[in-house]
Amino acid sequence: MMGASGYAIRTEDLRKTYKSSRGDVPAVRGIDLGVGSGEFFGLLGPNGAGKSTTIGMLTTLVVPTGGRAWVAGLDVVADPVGVKRRIGVVTQNNTLDMQLTVAENLEFRSRFFGLSLREASHRAAALLEVFGLADRRKAMSTDLSGGQAKRLLIARALVHRPDVLFLDEPTAGLDPQTRVNLWDILRVLHAEGQTILLTTHYMEEAEALCDRIAVMDHGEVLASGTVNELKDGTGAETVITVRYEDAVPADLTARAGLADRPGVRKVEADGDYVRVFTREPEGVLGELVTAGSTAGLAVRDATQLKPSLETVFLTLTGREYRE
Amino acid sequence: MTTTTRGAPAQADLAGTPQASEVADLIARAPVPRPTLPRTFGAMMAREFRVLRRNAVSTFTRAVMQPLLFVFVFAYVFPKIGGGFMLGGTSVARAAAGSITFATILVPGLMASMLLMQGIMAVTFPLVMEFSWQRTIEDRALAPVPIQVLAIQKIVAGAIQAFLGACIVFPIVLLVHAPGQGPHVHVTNWALFIFILAAASLLTSSLGLLLGTVMDPRKMQMLFAVILLPATMLGCVYYPWAALNHIRWLQMVILINPMVYMSEGLRAVLTPVLPHMPMWAVLLALVGGTAVFGYLGTRTFTKRVLN
Repeated sequence: MMGASGYAIRTEDLRKTYKSSRGDVPAVRGIDLGVGSGEFFGLLGPNGAGKSTTIGMLTTLVVPTGGRAWVAGLDVVADPVGVKRRIGVVTQNNTLDMQLTVAENLEFRSRFFGLSLREASHRAAALLEVFGLADRRKAMSTDLSGGQAKRLLIARALVHRPDVLFLDEPTAGLDPQTRVNLWDILRVLHAEGQTILLTTHYMEEAEALCDRIAVMDHGEVLASGTVNELKDGTGAETVITVRYEDAVPADLTARAGLADRPGVRKVEADGDYVRVFTREPEGVLGELVTAGSTAGLAVRDATQLKPSLETVFLTLTGREYRE
Repeated sequence: MTTTTRGAPAQADLAGTPQASEVADLIARAPVPRPTLPRTFGAMMAREFRVLRRNAVSTFTRAVMQPLLFVFVFAYVFPKIGGGFMLGGTSVARAAAGSITFATILVPGLMASMLLMQGIMAVTFPLVMEFSWQRTIEDRALAPVPIQVLAIQKIVAGAIQAFLGACIVFPIVLLVHAPGQGPHVHVTNWALFIFILAAASLLTSSLGLLLGTVMDPRKMQMLFAVILLPATMLGCVYYPWAALNHIRWLQMVILINPMVYMSEGLRAVLTPVLPHMPMWAVLLALVGGTAVFGYLGTRTFTKRVLN
């Protein structure tokens, strides 16, 4: 099933630059990924990070402008039809066939993948049972709720036993209950050995589901690894941010001697805020408030983030995570 | 695989969470797909016919209303109220072949205009929908065939719809008329008639594909003003091309309109008593036009699907 590369998904310096009237817009700037068979892999990043473009290239609907990518051992550019045979894709939009019923959506998709009429109708019935849509089989697909439509999209992506399942922002726009329900479905699929690549801009989603994560921003992979590796590596520190009512004087942090405190890796001061990355957060906040009042600065607000994917992102980009 | 996981009553919304054993079954016991190009193509065509059947009433009404009203007004109402409704075309026709009714001119013309309408309705409108908003085109773009095959499938499906539409309209334009105002239809070569219908159907659906891929969905209403209306009014639907020899410049200008060749081609095989274009010109335009629009449409379609 796997090609010589031994990965379910592999990319080498994969790039996509869109041409526009205002010049080139790079969406993906050379990424290297390797996802093993049976792995649940997450692409995490804010909107516009290049996740959907990446998934588009891996699913053959976006043509790369540089680099290479293989899915199930096949080159996505040289053999798009072979790749499409081996992947299931849950698109971000509701791409169900609006002209067809719930059952027909599965039956025709099965027939697109070469199942006979009989096999297709059995397959559709089985999938509808498992995904709790059996009682809606005759409804038009436009009449489904958001959660039901998502389940049908996942069922549809599984009709042909794909080697790799791609999910682009599967829980965006769903209510929290439906989201948790969907997570359960994905966990079960993963437990049964399904290779899954998921994109998400929800940190807790990546943290809850994925074996490994690649953090993306501005078309680049900033870091990748398991959640724990990421936290232990770049983002093991607690991040403490204090915003003052006025601009921070240049020597405030030096006078407070923050950088010399044990555990502190980095102190940032810019505009009206000071940010400290530290492994020993005890007392730092108080220190910052005192330093401010010594300099005649009132505190406007203060935050303290425990090590999490959020602090990883903050550490990697210097920017707060925007979902 | 018969049980469905339902959460406890308090968690009714959790319906649809599959159990591991069920999923294991789904993955391990599923039939192995063996897609081939003809199978996938066939399944896509089957999908079109399922949709066509579901929308049969609205599709039928859409196909029939325009030609029905036309023959009713021009071949029934006008002869009844005035008897002398004359167009340039009719007078030429009379000069050429004695007493020719307006219905005779309308039969091939209305069938041609119906083909154009159907080709565009069947291909352009759904395509614009599929490309906009949710991009449902991605559903079929992920089927295991090259994107070009998807484009060709759309052309073929649209052509079949247009062809069927023409078959429905034929008896209507033939039979609806005032007494003594019937069209003089005489099919001498059925094979050629069917070939021209088929070629014209493919031409309109290829044009439909091209329009569907280049149209801005927000400007769909422009389609009627800029394409459908001029193509029909200046497409030799209501007058034979030869009758335009009084307005030579117009006769030359409208040669760029594919409708002209569809109307004239059908005129040549249906109502040979009327003056019509030479068959070689008709065939060249229909086949050549299909090739050009089909090529351009497939290209723009592929470019829009793969971005």
